[in-house]
Amino acid sequence: MDKVTNIVAAGLGGQGVLKVTDILADVLFRAGYDVKKSEVHGMSQRGGSVSSEVRFGTKVNSPMIPVGEGDILVVLDETQLDVARPVLKNDGIVITPADVPTDKLSSPKALNVMLLGALSAKLDFLGEELFLAALERAFPEKLHAANKEMFLLGRQC
Amino acid sequence: MKLLASGNEAVAFAARDCGVALGCGYPGTPSSEILDEFSKAGGCAEWAPNEKCALEVAIGAAYTGARALATMKHVGLNVAADPFFTIAYSGTPGGLVVISADDPGMASSQNEQDNRRYAVSAGVPMFEPSDSQECYDMLCAAFELSDKFRSPVLFRMTTRVCHSQCVIERRYADNPMAQKATCFTRDPKSNVMVPAFARLAHRRMRADLHKMAEINEQKQFVIEKNASTGLGIITSGISYQHVLDAVPEASVLKLGMTYPLPEKTIRDFAAKVKRCLIVEEGDPVLYEQIMAMGIAVENKLEEFRFGELNVGRIRKLVAGDDTPDAPGAPGKPPQLCIGCPHRKTFEVLRDLGCIVSGDIGCYTLGVMPPFCAIDSCVCMGASVTVGLGMRHTLPEAEARKVVSVIGDSTFLHTGINGIVEMVYNRPATGHVVIIVDNRITAMTGCQENPATGRKLDHTTPAYAVSLENIVKGIGVDNVDVIDTTVETEKFAEVLKKRLASNDCSVIIARRPCILAMAKMAKMGKN
Repeated sequence: MDKVTNIVAAGLGGQGVLKVTDILADVLFRAGYDVKKSEVHGMSQRGGSVSSEVRFGTKVNSPMIPVGEGDILVVLDETQLDVARPVLKNDGIVITPADVPTDKLSSPKALNVMLLGALSAKLDFLGEELFLAALERAFPEKLHAANKEMFLLGRQC
Repeated sequence: MKLLASGNEAVAFAARDCGVALGCGYPGTPSSEILDEFSKAGGCAEWAPNEKCALEVAIGAAYTGARALATMKHVGLNVAADPFFTIAYSGTPGGLVVISADDPGMASSQNEQDNRRYAVSAGVPMFEPSDSQECYDMLCAAFELSDKFRSPVLFRMTTRVCHSQCVIERRYADNPMAQKATCFTRDPKSNVMVPAFARLAHRRMRADLHKMAEINEQKQFVIEKNASTGLGIITSGISYQHVLDAVPEASVLKLGMTYPLPEKTIRDFAAKVKRCLIVEEGDPVLYEQIMAMGIAVENKLEEFRFGELNVGRIRKLVAGDDTPDAPGAPGKPPQLCIGCPHRKTFEVLRDLGCIVSGDIGCYTLGVMPPFCAIDSCVCMGASVTVGLGMRHTLPEAEARKVVSVIGDSTFLHTGINGIVEMVYNRPATGHVVIIVDNRITAMTGCQENPATGRKLDHTTPAYAVSLENIVKGIGVDNVDVIDTTVETEKFAEVLKKRLASNDCSVIIARRPCILAMAKMAKMGKN
C-alpha cells in the first residue's frame, strides 16, 4: 500500500479532539503502519478551534495533510465543519455528531469516543479489538465500561 | 524499542539515554514538554525563572564535566543570548546542548524570528532535525560533537517537529550511557573570559568550526537523493519532509547539521542539476551562506518567507507562484476560559478606560472582545518598563491612566528589573503595576514556577518565593493583594485611588488558574 491515508479531527478546545487522534495513531502504530500525527498546541487550548491530523501508510513524509487531500474528516462540533472542510478531498468522508446517537451519550465528554467508534467503522481493516485495547490504554479504568459502550454505539452507525 | 513519540518526547528520551545529568529551561510553546518528559523518564530537570538563568545553570553543570541541556522557545534565546555568545568562545568540558524551539507561523508566539541566525552569529554548530527519529539521533550526535570540541551546540527545532508524532526507534534505551563522573578542574585560560583569554578562545572557536565543517562533509547528517538532473532542492528541517511529498521527482540534498555547512557536498550537488533551489522555512539562512560560497542557487520568493511551509506552498514555491493562498473560514479564536480569574481584572481595566501595557501569557487574551483591554505587548517583562516609558512622556491626564499588567511567572522571569526601574526613575505621576497572580505558568500548559511552592514534577515541595516581599523589598509605596473575582468593587476602588496618587504601587490580583486547579485535583494535589 503506497498511498498515504489522511484523517482529520476538528473541534473546539476541551472537546477531546487530540484524544481521538492519539488513540487512532496508537492503533495504526500497533497495526504496523508508518504513522505521523500533527497539530498545533498552545493558544488552541483556550476554547478555540483545534484540529489534528493523522497520516498513515507504508511510509509517511510530511506530517501535515495537503489541502484537498484529506480522506476522512471527523468534526466534534458542527461549527468547525466549514473551517476544516478545505483539507478534505472532493469525495472525502465527513463524520459529524449528527451521524451518531448523541441522545445515548453517557456524558457530553464522551462524544469524542462515540465519534471514534464511527470513524473506526470506516477503517474496518483495523479491527475492533485494536481500538478497544487502545481506548483502555488512553483512559483511567473507571471509564473503560462506559467508553466501550459509547465506542460500539458509534461504530454501529 | 519502537514507539510513537513527538519530537519533544524524542529529545527527552535521547537526553535520558545519552547521560544528560541536568536539564534546565523556561517553559515556552513549542518547547515546554521536553523537560516534563525528561523528568518523567527519570531525568533531573528544573524550571529556572528565565532562560538566561537556565542556560547559566546548564553551563555550570557542564563546567563540572556533566552533560547538560538547556531548553527554551525561540524568543527565550534572546534572553539567554548573553551567556550563549560567550560560552561559544570558552565552551565547557561537559557536553552542552541548547534547544531553540522556533515557531514559524506564530502558532503561539509574538514573532517568527529564525534562530538559525544565532548559530551563524555566535559561531555555534547547529543541528536541525526534521522528524522525531532525527530528534533522537541528532541529540545524541550533538552531545558527541559538543564533547569532542568542548563547544555548545544549538539544536534548532520548529513547532511541527516539536509536536508531530512519528514512529521512532529508541536505539540506546537498553544501553543508556552512564552519567559522567564530575569534578572541578581549574582552567582559567579556558573558562575565564577576560579579554586576554577570550582573544585566544575566539581564534580556537573559529578554527574548530573549520574542523566541524570537515566532519559535516563526511555526510553523517546529510541525506542525498539523486533523481532529476533538472531540479535540485537543498533543504533542512521539516521542509525536507514536505519536499519529498511536493516534488517527488526532484533531486534533494537534505542537511542535518546546518552550521557550519559542508561546502564541497553542496557544491557537488549544485553542479549536478540545472536549477538548484533552496527550500527553507523562515529567513534565507542557507541561501545567504551558499551564495557567499559562490555557488549559484535560487532563493524562494519573498512570499514564502512568511509562515510555515507545507506541501501545497512548496509546490507553488517551486512553480514560482507567489499568489497568496485563499483565506479559509476563520476558526474560533482562543479566549480567556470561563471562570478565569483574569476576567474581572480586565473588565475593571476596560471600564476605567485604562491604557494597559500588557505582557506575555494567557492574560494577553485580554486584548480580545469583550475586554479589549490590552494596548501593548512586546516581550516577557516589557509591561512594567513600557508602561513607565509611557508615563514619562504622556501628558499628565493620560499618564494617570497607564497600568502595567504582568503574570506571576512573567514577573519572576524579567518583571522584577522593571520594578527596580520604577522606584529608581519614578514617573512624576507614579505608576501602577498589576501582577495577575494565578499561581501557575498557565499559558504553556500549567508548569510550576518559583512562586508555586512545588518543583517541576508538581510533587517535590520547594520554597515559595513571595511576590509581595519582593516588591516591598524593592521599595514600592503600596502593595495590595486582592482576589478580583470576589472583591471586584474593592479592586476598582483601590485601583482608582492608586491611579489618582503619585505613588508607585503594585496590586497583586491573586486567584488560582481554574485549569491548574483541575490539573492538580486530577493529580491528587492540593
